Amino acid sequence: MKLRQIKEFVIEKLIFLSGIASILFVVLIFVFLLKEGIAFFREVPAKDFIGGKYWYPISDPERFGILPLILGSLLVTFGAILVSVPVSIACAFYISEVAPVKLKDILKTGIEMLAAIPSVVLGFIGMTTLVPWVKKIFHLPTGLTALSGSIMLGLMAMPTIISISEDAINAVPKSYKEGALALGATRWQAMYRVVIHAALPGIIAASMLGIGRVIGETMAVMMITGNAAVIPQTFLQPVRTLTATIAAEMGETVHGSNHYYSLFAIGIILFVLTFIINITADMFLHRNKK
Amino acid sequence: MKTTTKQKIAFSILFLCTIIVVLPVLFVLGVIIKNGAKGISWQFLTTMPSDGMRQGGIYPAIVGTLYLVSLSIVFSLPVGVMAAIYLNEYAKDNLLTRLIRLAIVNLAGVSSVVYGLFGLALFVTFMKFGVSILSGALTLAIMNLPVIITASREALASVPYSFREVSLSLGLSRWQTIRHSVLPFAIPGILTGAILSLARAAGETAPILFTVAAFYLPNLPVSVFDQAMALPYHLYIISTQIPNISIQTRYATAFVLVGIVFTMNIIAVILRSRLRKKKKW
Repeated sequence: MKLRQIKEFVIEKLIFLSGIASILFVVLIFVFLLKEGIAFFREVPAKDFIGGKYWYPISDPERFGILPLILGSLLVTFGAILVSVPVSIACAFYISEVAPVKLKDILKTGIEMLAAIPSVVLGFIGMTTLVPWVKKIFHLPTGLTALSGSIMLGLMAMPTIISISEDAINAVPKSYKEGALALGATRWQAMYRVVIHAALPGIIAASMLGIGRVIGETMAVMMITGNAAVIPQTFLQPVRTLTATIAAEMGETVHGSNHYYSLFAIGIILFVLTFIINITADMFLHRNKK
Repeated sequence: MKTTTKQKIAFSILFLCTIIVVLPVLFVLGVIIKNGAKGISWQFLTTMPSDGMRQGGIYPAIVGTLYLVSLSIVFSLPVGVMAAIYLNEYAKDNLLTRLIRLAIVNLAGVSSVVYGLFGLALFVTFMKFGVSILSGALTLAIMNLPVIITASREALASVPYSFREVSLSLGLSRWQTIRHSVLPFAIPGILTGAILSLARAAGETAPILFTVAAFYLPNLPVSVFDQAMALPYHLYIISTQIPNISIQTRYATAFVLVGIVFTMNIIAVILRSRLRKKKKW
């Protein structure tokens, strides 16, 4: 009897520790990014880091301005939003409101498959198909452009946006729709006059989570955007994102150099950015539940 | 315009949008199968690469990936399942629970390359595991925790409340109830989540870039403190860093990676649909 109680006490303590482990890990991630990255801001003021126009981390003198990288990330993300958000919301409505049950299952499986394709594979396929197309269609010297990145990232954001939007649409009480239909509205009228309003917070949250995924995406974007650290003017030129910079350069830095610390400083910015996006999206989702 | 005509047009547009989403999936798979399948041979799967990856096979990359994902699940499954048990069976609706939920949402949202930095700072440098399978597996494990917690929690939540009431009313303790009346019914759901997380880990590249991945190793790793080659990283380097590799070798490598990831996904999907059919309560 006594032994059993001790055993249960230990198990329940372990369960509690595992429960709070997620909090611990988020804190650990932030602390260790800070630990390696904070030293950098003693060398280069945050203002010059974020506002600097030149990223020459290994030339002499070194220049650590990430403005081109921030603008590169923003441009690619903006393009990806244009590509993914409208189509994904339409697709979510089709799946949850229009599609017959059998087709619904097939479509859902297809979208799960899209989510399952590793990002490095999408990057590779982008390199071999999308990039040459972009080059040919727009008569460019290279197809490694922000546009290619936006299209591929838009594709990668779709499963997230679709599945969470679909949940939001399904969570709208049936009575709303039935009320509209009883008043003589067509299914389409009920959908865009009633259902979409009730589902809107969830759809916004879905789009934000999709955007969060796009900003953090690394491999595909590194393989198909050309990685030129210049301030972008159009979608048809190579850009370099924050994530691609870390991934491409960390392997070549000297541990403890300014360059090494600067990449962690970029990591801090990315972490804070996705943190804000996720918290905001969660607030929208939570409001929806009430 | 008649409202029914409007509806027809609107539904057609929605359908077209859906096609736009699904078509690329078929296209990507089609391209990989068409170009990759002919490059697959027993020799390709089971020999070491040679001549700067241009000849030979991808055996060490496959083995490395299998080592990595198996070790990562050893870390993430127990913690993830226990966290799910805590959230579903013990947690009250208070501030702590809300914080945990927010933390999980954030873990799921952190950029994969930031996980790589974190793994480098904590496991490789601070804990002195070096660039090793252990460091990579731990990084992947933390990254996969949200997937396992969410899936396990759903599985636990789908076990009817009456199961617990009966067990508790018979005088069993809370843990005994969970152990004997809840967990057994949640196992298939938990397993589905675990397999999906394995599939995801197998395809991740950014978190292993600085924590484990090696460009080329002449020998297979023998301990968890060794570096390893990994399939997604291998695909990355042969498609961007090494010129003059036949395109077929690249496609064949992509084929193997997608094959591994999809096989696991299909197993998970089948498991899930069986589970839904079998459920009697």
